[in-house]
Amino acid sequence: MTILEIIVTLPLLAALVIGLGAPARFTALGASVLVLIMSLVTALRFSPSIEGALQNVSSRPLMQMDGFPSLSLSFGLDGISLVMLLLSAIVMVAAVLVSPKESDLKHSPRLFYLSLLLIGGGAIGAFCSTDLFFLYAFHELALIPTFLMIGIFGTGKNRLRTAWTITIYLGVGSLVLLVGLILAVIGLGGSTFNIEELTALASDAPMAAEMQNWVFFLLLVGFGVLVSLFPFHSWAAPAYAEAPAPVAMLHAGVLKKFGLYGLIRVALPFAPAGAEVLLNLVLVLLLGNIIYIGLVTIAQKSLDRMLGYSSVMHMGYIFLGIAASNELGLSGAVLLMFAHGISIALLFAMSGWLREKYGTLEFNKLGGIGKQVPKLGLLFGFAAFASAGLPGFANFAAEVEVFIGAFAGAQDGLGWIQWATIISLWGVVISAVYMLRAYRAIFMGPIPEKLEAPADICWSMRLPLIILLVALTAVGFVPELLNQFIRPAITVLLAAAG
Amino acid sequence: MPVYFLEIIVVALGLIMLLVDAFAKIKDKRCIAWTGMVGLLVVFGLLFNVQWPESTDGAFWEFYSSNDQISLFYKGIAIISTLIVLIMAADFRHIVVAQTADPEKGAHPQAGLGEFFALPMFACAGLMLMASANNLVSIFVSLETVTITFYILVTYLRRNVGSLEAGVKYLILGALSTGFLVYGFAWIYGITGSMQLSEITTALAKPEVNSIAALFAFALILVALAFKVGGAPFHFWIPDVYQGAPTPITAFLSVGSKAAGFIVFLRLVSPFLASDVLADKVTLVLATIAGITLIMGNLAAMPQKNFKRLLAYSSVAHAGFLLMALASAPTKSSEGSLSPATVVTFYLGAYLLMTLLAFLVITTVRNSIAGEEIESYKGLAKRSPFLAFMLIISMASLAGIPLTAGFYGKLFVFKIAADQGNWTLLVIGLIGAAAGFYYYLKIAVPVFFGNPAIDEGEKLSTIHVSAPARTAMVILTIAIIAAGVNPNLIIGLFS
Repeated sequence: MTILEIIVTLPLLAALVIGLGAPARFTALGASVLVLIMSLVTALRFSPSIEGALQNVSSRPLMQMDGFPSLSLSFGLDGISLVMLLLSAIVMVAAVLVSPKESDLKHSPRLFYLSLLLIGGGAIGAFCSTDLFFLYAFHELALIPTFLMIGIFGTGKNRLRTAWTITIYLGVGSLVLLVGLILAVIGLGGSTFNIEELTALASDAPMAAEMQNWVFFLLLVGFGVLVSLFPFHSWAAPAYAEAPAPVAMLHAGVLKKFGLYGLIRVALPFAPAGAEVLLNLVLVLLLGNIIYIGLVTIAQKSLDRMLGYSSVMHMGYIFLGIAASNELGLSGAVLLMFAHGISIALLFAMSGWLREKYGTLEFNKLGGIGKQVPKLGLLFGFAAFASAGLPGFANFAAEVEVFIGAFAGAQDGLGWIQWATIISLWGVVISAVYMLRAYRAIFMGPIPEKLEAPADICWSMRLPLIILLVALTAVGFVPELLNQFIRPAITVLLAAAG
Repeated sequence: MPVYFLEIIVVALGLIMLLVDAFAKIKDKRCIAWTGMVGLLVVFGLLFNVQWPESTDGAFWEFYSSNDQISLFYKGIAIISTLIVLIMAADFRHIVVAQTADPEKGAHPQAGLGEFFALPMFACAGLMLMASANNLVSIFVSLETVTITFYILVTYLRRNVGSLEAGVKYLILGALSTGFLVYGFAWIYGITGSMQLSEITTALAKPEVNSIAALFAFALILVALAFKVGGAPFHFWIPDVYQGAPTPITAFLSVGSKAAGFIVFLRLVSPFLASDVLADKVTLVLATIAGITLIMGNLAAMPQKNFKRLLAYSSVAHAGFLLMALASAPTKSSEGSLSPATVVTFYLGAYLLMTLLAFLVITTVRNSIAGEEIESYKGLAKRSPFLAFMLIISMASLAGIPLTAGFYGKLFVFKIAADQGNWTLLVIGLIGAAAGFYYYLKIAVPVFFGNPAIDEGEKLSTIHVSAPARTAMVILTIAIIAAGVNPNLIIGLFS
């Protein structure tokens, strides 16, 4: 077994052990910390000098059958998936840490931790798979656990409805995605599921133009639903608002990145001509994400919904980087996936804590609590600034890369994408508006009379927040930490896509 | 050991069980079921050690029985489903006793149990015969062996109105469909002059074949077979019969009977598909039936409130997916595609695992919860996390969530449909699969989100799971997940 196989198996194994009766929180924490350590070790041993090639490769052939692509359980990392693995591992540790203690959970704590591990483990498996089938299958592992988590442990009266919405929405989205993937595999000869081989096939013997359009369209819709691309976004904000904080962290922070990862890893290289044809559609939709959803975000009256919509909105920038389809834009998109994942996890962790202590997240019922919980106030300020894209945080570095990447080529006159970039830039202002308004409404001003002061965050809460914040600032000051991995992988990808 | 010994052993076992029931005085009649289970396990082991005859020229092989790996696989399906049906039947004994004999009128306290355990053995033998039948006569005889046994079993709870109603419906419609089948056979014999499938294939492939008569024969056979496997619009008996029949028998119907129906379907349809003259029209008819079945099954399953009824419609829906695979048989121009036989066989193998798991849970829960309404499963997760987990695994697999065997089944079906460019069917199948997410997960709502319906202060009772049932459930779950990662575990068994 390679270290990567252990990383993928460990969370699932831990979930099984918890199901069989092991102490839930302890096992979950142990497994996720181990995964984080092993991922960091993998990153340290990862040599960017091997230009873009897959590393830590392992492959177990499963099935060879006439008329069906060969199937193998294979894992491997390139720079992009390594960054995604790090993101998943970091957020998973934080999510387990902020999870309530077993005694504080009214319902089965085992189910809670088991589901959490399945959601995180599924994401890790999806990012590490080099086989298209398992890339898809691991992602789906999260479907039922999410349903149960929101339905059982969620907050709010409508949680059952929300659980249904997200499950049906994502289920249908993943079926569309499945058809797109089947079509892509058939179009590329139908002999293998291996992503590397398929990518090579796509550049040697590309699909017919019409087929490429269909494949890219289906993949765009399928992955787009998972990423909450406008207009398929309506599941996201309520689900994140009503999910328990650790689930929201994992879902908004990690799982949602799967769709973007899939677009970069599968849709662009498999159907590059389709991507070019549908570029303008993507631009319109991403402006919907940035501007329309941005304005919707400003209008929100409670923190959890606002964060949910803000996470939908920020997907627009990543789409912009993908639409740019050049080295800078794409590597900025990957970096932004990391940055956004960490920062939204940070914000959801704190909003979960606030909801638990104050019983509400509505702006007009809160106020001035910066005096009551100064440490949280400070950390929240950092997170809000990061999310709004202030320099010094990873989000800034990534957004700059995306904008410059998308604006590249402007010397030949402004094309659609440059105009879209110019409009998107206003999104930064919108983010600043809603983040600062939220900060003011919650932490500043007079304290409403009824609000009693809880104790400030203790170490078990501080630790995950600090882990996340350190990751965010480290990458913010030295983007090269991750860019050194991302860049060679993007070069290979672009070379393959021609 | 020659392959036909397997059926002989199963019939002999059934007879022994009946004789023991009649003449031996036993305290606990579950012994009879246990004998059957052990016997079937032995037969299942023998399945891997059968010897093929050196020459297959004799009348028996030529006319009666084909000897391919797929038929062995279907025999395996028959044995496993009967084995698990016996496990369920043993757990179901209280209800059988309560609804057959009236102890107040002096009936034996375990009256009726012996036959309830022995009869499935005969159905099993029939199903095994059907798996290798390659002659219209042997197909008909084995089909009727099974169906007549089911007539008795469905209506076994004779003091229960639902069971009686189900029995009458099944009897009348079953007899009607048998009539269609025989009539169709007669036409085929008239056209081709043979009862043997290989000769029929040759005769139908000739360009001068009377295509109108052949299509008429096909239509008659299709009606009968669609009835057996639950294809729309001949599926109307399914919900009522599934709901009314004793739960173990419902499981038997939905797995054993369906699997056998599909192998007969495969065998009878392939001569028509192999004929250039008929293939297009036959495919069109099959595709239409598949489409209607998918829509009817999936949409009708959505509002169901009774768990068995929901599973009945789900079984119709699965028949739709299987028919979709049959309707996507590769034409000669597209070689190197999946064969419908592989897809259907894999699907049925996966379907066996997940459906039996679901029914095992229903039977076990039925002992402590009165009724099979979905609402009555409220709070099951609190009473028995084990059963709740098993239930969610089987539902996930039925819905086709990846990393369960059910997903590969659907994936193969979609793949073969896409290979053949059956886009309309593919879209209908996708809508059906999406509906499946809803109605299978609907079960999880009361199980995980509800609270058990008990009075305040009353202690929450756990649900007893018998040792054989527990073992079977764990094995089935492991098989579902293992085959969901590596489908070759099932495919390797028959190819």
